[in-house]
Amino acid sequence: MLNGISINMYIMLSAVLFIIGAVGVMARRNSIILFMCIELMLNAVNLLLVAFSTLHVDAKGQVFVFFVMAVAAAEVAVGLAILSMIYRNMKTIDIDELSKLKH
Amino acid sequence: MLGYTITQWLFGILSFLAIMFALMVVFTRNPINSVLYLVLTFFCIAGHYLLLNAQFLAVVHIVVYAGAIMVLFLFVIMLMNLNQDTEPQKTVISKVVAAIAGGLLLFVMVGALRGSEQLQIKQYGHSDIGLVKNLGNVLFHDFLFPFEIASVLLLAAMVGAIMIGKKEIK
Repeated sequence: MLNGISINMYIMLSAVLFIIGAVGVMARRNSIILFMCIELMLNAVNLLLVAFSTLHVDAKGQVFVFFVMAVAAAEVAVGLAILSMIYRNMKTIDIDELSKLKH
Repeated sequence: MLGYTITQWLFGILSFLAIMFALMVVFTRNPINSVLYLVLTFFCIAGHYLLLNAQFLAVVHIVVYAGAIMVLFLFVIMLMNLNQDTEPQKTVISKVVAAIAGGLLLFVMVGALRGSEQLQIKQYGHSDIGLVKNLGNVLFHDFLFPFEIASVLLLAAMVGAIMIGKKEIK
């Protein structure tokens, strides 16, 4: 129990947030929204890491969250640069139109 | 109040808001609104961090995600001039399939994680491990090398983003 809240509640909350992000990746075609849904999934994992870090009274989990944030920031910077380059060349960021590698 | 403590009420309200805002991120048509709902979701998650005694991470989360990453998203969306009219939509059938696949994934996850209440717990109670002092101690003693590597990663990402985003490479 964390302040009277069972760890199961945190597990379920993280699972639901993760699934919402996964459904967003499957259901949307705008690649920027896809990136945002990936951020949502990363945050669900971060929340669970912090919950278990507090449960086990171990600061290592929170340090991992710190690193996940750093990697997420790097990923977003490079990803958005690639997206703006794609938009400049193809005038679209529709994920279903970007199928050149398929053929 | 109905046998629940204030913390439990806060947890319930924050969870409800986080899930609602996350759903709005996925189901809003206008990309700008999606970004703003995602910022609200991040604030709810920062509230959860505060409830979990991770004060430093709560502040860093707001500064990094709401302050830096989402502003980057907003800038890119405004540069591309995206709005509701240009928003591509998937067909209804693929949306239904996505919802069914997500529901099944949730079913599997809940089923797999159901037995976790038997986890062995070392220690109960309050702690101050989330404060800057303790977190910095761990970060700069046990994780010094990964910390330095992370700085190199950020530098590489910065250089890479500038190189990719340049108008023309000659």
